Amino acid sequence: MSNLMMRLLGRIPLGWLQLVSNKLRFAAAASGVGFACILVFVQLGMMGAFSDATRLSYSGFRADIMISASDSHELFDGSNVARRRMYQALAVPGVQQACPLFVGMTPWQQADGSTVEFRTLGIDPELDSFFGPEMGDIEALKLGNSALVDRHARGLQPDLLSHVTREQPLKFEGLGQQLSIVGTVSFGGGFAGDGFMFVSNQTFMRLFASRFSGAPNHILLRVAPGEDVDVVARRVRQALEVPSLQIRSLAQAIEQDVKYQTTVRPTGLIFGFGVAIGIVVGIVIVYQILSTDVADHLREYATFKAMGYSQGYFRSVIIEEAIILAVAGFFPALIASLTIYAVMAKATGLPIEMGPDRALLVLVGTVASCSLSGMIAMRKLATADPADLF
Amino acid sequence: MTGPITVDSLNHWFGNGEARIQALFDINLEIQPGKLTILMGPSGSGKTTLLTLIGCLREVQDGNVMLLGKPLRGATPKQYNLLRRRLGFIFQAHNLHQSLTAMQNVRMGLELHKSANTAEFDRACAHLLTQLGLGQRLDYLPAKLSGGQKQRVAIARALVGNPAIVFADEPTAALDKESGQKTVELLKRLGQVRGTTTVMVTHDNRILDLADRILRLEDGRIVHDTASTIHRP
Repeated sequence: MSNLMMRLLGRIPLGWLQLVSNKLRFAAAASGVGFACILVFVQLGMMGAFSDATRLSYSGFRADIMISASDSHELFDGSNVARRRMYQALAVPGVQQACPLFVGMTPWQQADGSTVEFRTLGIDPELDSFFGPEMGDIEALKLGNSALVDRHARGLQPDLLSHVTREQPLKFEGLGQQLSIVGTVSFGGGFAGDGFMFVSNQTFMRLFASRFSGAPNHILLRVAPGEDVDVVARRVRQALEVPSLQIRSLAQAIEQDVKYQTTVRPTGLIFGFGVAIGIVVGIVIVYQILSTDVADHLREYATFKAMGYSQGYFRSVIIEEAIILAVAGFFPALIASLTIYAVMAKATGLPIEMGPDRALLVLVGTVASCSLSGMIAMRKLATADPADLF
Repeated sequence: MTGPITVDSLNHWFGNGEARIQALFDINLEIQPGKLTILMGPSGSGKTTLLTLIGCLREVQDGNVMLLGKPLRGATPKQYNLLRRRLGFIFQAHNLHQSLTAMQNVRMGLELHKSANTAEFDRACAHLLTQLGLGQRLDYLPAKLSGGQKQRVAIARALVGNPAIVFADEPTAALDKESGQKTVELLKRLGQVRGTTTVMVTHDNRILDLADRILRLEDGRIVHDTASTIHRP
């Protein structure tokens, strides 16, 4: 290892030799860095799951533009939109099709007394071009009081829905109506509900008697082939001219929802703080380790300085140490975090996954934080006369 | 032709304000090349201060030092660094790096010098250590070496870069009589072979007969110089 590093650096690998000469401290330092990495990974995992779960709620839609009330931040909040806005929008050149969307919450009481809350979307099964294969057997919703239910919803018995089909429906009672589950989807739970449920508009009106079919929550639009989505969206905005509405491209709506979840909602903020605290803890740990290391070797560094070694040399040694610490802490932390992610995903039903971009981001961040700490630890040496350091 | 070191009306102070104390008073000195010069004097006489000033380890405050033809007064950190690379320094304590073997410690003295032939480094280090009687101890860490052996490694580190001047600050202080004597003899012999100028601070009387010239300091002034036999009040 020493020889390899010597060839790599073209000098004696002083940082490496210093670190391994006290193996116990090296192990403690690396685990400190690793601990900080795990902290950041877990928080990023939760924050990522937050964004992913939000994106997932839109993943079944094949639409270009979404019309929502201006007080709507996400799919499941905000005022209603008058249905006549849909006909106005359909008159705008470039708009090809429109589809109203109703949202609500349906509880399903389980045999053991617990309740699973379904975020319920009312859609028009005739307009199946608005929905992708993620939505499952939409045809089946044309039957009265039928529903497509998330088989991975939190709180459901694992195998309860695994054999459900149109031919073998499962009946349950929700909101005073008997519903038959005629198919399943797989979105997984979110933060706001336990899972998704899709029903037809007619079924939705039966479930939510207070809702009026003339006032959906959102309206999805598709633009004609060859039309630019943003151009058409601007045209719709001009044609409707209603300040209580927001007309956004679907992509824009999704990104604003993600931003809302991660920066405005308290849960998102908490994870953001968690990441920041992880980074600070990491920097403090590495600073402690490296400044102790510098203090311990001050005499030796002073000797080297007296011999004519420049500040740049010491900087390269401390960066060498920082990179070694970062790598030695990061990779065990990565493996530990993969395990934690798997456990968390299983326990929460949230989409918690480690992407290569996140791993790389944390690695680069770790090296940068370690180097920064090293630089701060090095300041002591920069100004001193060698003679004062003995 | 001037010598490798010329000191011109050098004064030096420590501390600030009320606590300011003058450590050196109007030092004028010229050191001859290739000779072993010894600075003597009681504790606090300023001998180490003088050594660290002419050895580029401390900034010159007043007066001037010409070292290898370069003025030290007002020199930049970069100029100091470049000069330091042409010097060898042996400290009172050996100051070896505890995490480096004897070979690696000596090699640190060579890696300062940009050379295309880094493969030669190990051979040169091993050769010098063998000359100093440490051929069997090349891969030992300092903790496994005796005091005299450590000091010899430090000497090898100071000499391996072929310095023009070697400065030694009480190199025998931590050694017993015999190894102290041997160490200085070694230093003198290697200096003669290579034509190196050596300046040594000591208050060890046992090694005075090895000196070519002895300077005696008291209270920050040179009071005796065997080269000139000038006595100053």
